[in-house]
Amino acid sequence: MADIQSAAAPRELGRAAAGRGSGTSKAGHRDRSKGKGAAAVLLAPFFLLFALATLAPIGYALWLSLFREHRSGLGFGPATTVFSGLANYGTALADPVFRSGFLHVAVFALIYVPLMLAGSLLVALLLDSALARAKRFFQLTLFLPHVIPGIIAAIIWLYLYTPGVSPIVSALRSGGIGFDLGSTTTAVPAMANIAIWEVLGYNMVIFYAALQAIPRELLEAAVLDGASELRASWSVKLPMIRSSVGLVGLFTAVGVMQLFQEPLLLNHSAPGAITADWTPNLYNYVQAFKNTDYGLSAAGSILLAAVCAGLSFAVTRISNPWRSA
Amino acid sequence: MTSTPVEPHVRAAEPAAPARAPRTRPGSRPRTMSTAAVNTALALAAVYTFFPLLWMLVAAAKDPTGMAAGDIFTLHHFDLLGNLSGLMHEDGGIYLHWFLNSLLYAGGGSAVCALISVAAGYAFDKYAFKGKEKLFGVVLLGVLVPSSATVLPLYLLASKVHLVNTLWAVLIPSVVNPFGVYLARVFSTGYVPDEVLEAARVDGAGELRIFRSIGLPMLKSGFTTIMLFQFSAIWNGFFLALVMLSDKNLYPVSLGLYIWDNNVIEDPSLISFVICGSVVAVIPVVALFLCLQRFWRSGLTAGSVK
Repeated sequence: MADIQSAAAPRELGRAAAGRGSGTSKAGHRDRSKGKGAAAVLLAPFFLLFALATLAPIGYALWLSLFREHRSGLGFGPATTVFSGLANYGTALADPVFRSGFLHVAVFALIYVPLMLAGSLLVALLLDSALARAKRFFQLTLFLPHVIPGIIAAIIWLYLYTPGVSPIVSALRSGGIGFDLGSTTTAVPAMANIAIWEVLGYNMVIFYAALQAIPRELLEAAVLDGASELRASWSVKLPMIRSSVGLVGLFTAVGVMQLFQEPLLLNHSAPGAITADWTPNLYNYVQAFKNTDYGLSAAGSILLAAVCAGLSFAVTRISNPWRSA
Repeated sequence: MTSTPVEPHVRAAEPAAPARAPRTRPGSRPRTMSTAAVNTALALAAVYTFFPLLWMLVAAAKDPTGMAAGDIFTLHHFDLLGNLSGLMHEDGGIYLHWFLNSLLYAGGGSAVCALISVAAGYAFDKYAFKGKEKLFGVVLLGVLVPSSATVLPLYLLASKVHLVNTLWAVLIPSVVNPFGVYLARVFSTGYVPDEVLEAARVDGAGELRIFRSIGLPMLKSGFTTIMLFQFSAIWNGFFLALVMLSDKNLYPVSLGLYIWDNNVIEDPSLISFVICGSVVAVIPVVALFLCLQRFWRSGLTAGSVK
């Protein structure tokens, strides 16, 4: 994040650096106790709600994951909750359905992330090229899907995948291309397409901002050296925004682990291809709502959150821009 | 750089070219052709992003028979007014209820979110206190944990404290966005000069008063940016409402449409309401983004990845 920050908004950072040296520390010295009290008052609402909405649920899920509902006899009578240690984690990890959920999202990520990155990079480079016309119009049109609620986007695309309803499927059919959402090899790319459609413009804006921050002298020098627009894009622009692209890719890949609403909807249309517990998140959802196994759902949620947090920590190692300063 | 080896060659080929002239003059053929290629590619991308929206717009005006027959881009089966009035009356006018719920969740949630984020971001920027960067590290950690990862734990906790199926179950988690705090800190360093605060202190103003009457007004654009992003995040949200709410009178519009869509097979007439309702549901966020373009642009560029 620090990299994109400095790539996209050098002005802000510069000002920040200039301001920090003089003001803050002096103010801190002069009015230490007063400032501390004010800081506490200003920070309290956020941290209180943050604790309530993020830390407490995770803490409670951790606690809950250590217990198991025990029903006596044939399952009649009141259930008692017994401490079961890490047994829920064992059950989740031993369940092939849970494990294959991770495999599914990994396969999905392998299709989705490279295509999404290539697509948004391409449109960003096209927009950044001196030859593009109507840049504002294109930016808006490409960004628009991101504003559409994800569930509505998925509903719309599912109708566009439905034979008989969709003009696209009929066009494909008349062109001799069959389309069957019922097979996994179609359903997974179809799902990737929905996801790409939603974020293409969003990431395009990020990449475009990074491209705009490249010093123009550098590009002029490349053109003077005889580089074509294409060559300049490939050898100058792309390497300059490499870190932005890498970060967006990694964050997207981590986000994919949480895949939920698209497979949930596809499960209705193509239950054979996309099962009800196709992703880890869906698995945990099914455990809580269909099987009312809160302990297992909690354990699965903790495992998923841990994998996500671990992944994002390992792959980014982002340094806090204010810490180094 | 990588182009160095070619340099003398190119220079030799165009000895007379003035320093600032581009390789090919505007209007010459290769340039016209690549202009066409670039803009055609952009137009294709625009068709890709816009076609589903266009389909949705037209389909919203079609009666259920026309929809189901795939009869979208013809002049038959138009019944926009019928769809709209059906949408407003279906199930006792519940759609309007959902719409107002969404306005409450997204409007109230984003306003509170922006306020507490700006307050915290300002405090992180303007005050020095022990453990500050550690605390900010917690915020960054919160940015790293995707919000959907905490939805099921939130449900488990909410069902323990009997908040499930209440307005608070959706509202409270909606006001927390660690990324807003990060953004607010960036805005605060950029837009609130320390000298102004110093001057106010010399004049004897209290710290909270300074925040309210100097800091907050100067952070207005940061406030709007955070609010805009959070509004669309809550408006577009679905997972949280799905797990938390079972009373359909509390549904936001996204969840209501999903439930209707699930029932299309049993009741095919719902299909028109789903599509028509989707278009109506999209209008507020699209309008906001079109009106406040300056803010989402600055949010994305000053911000980062999320």
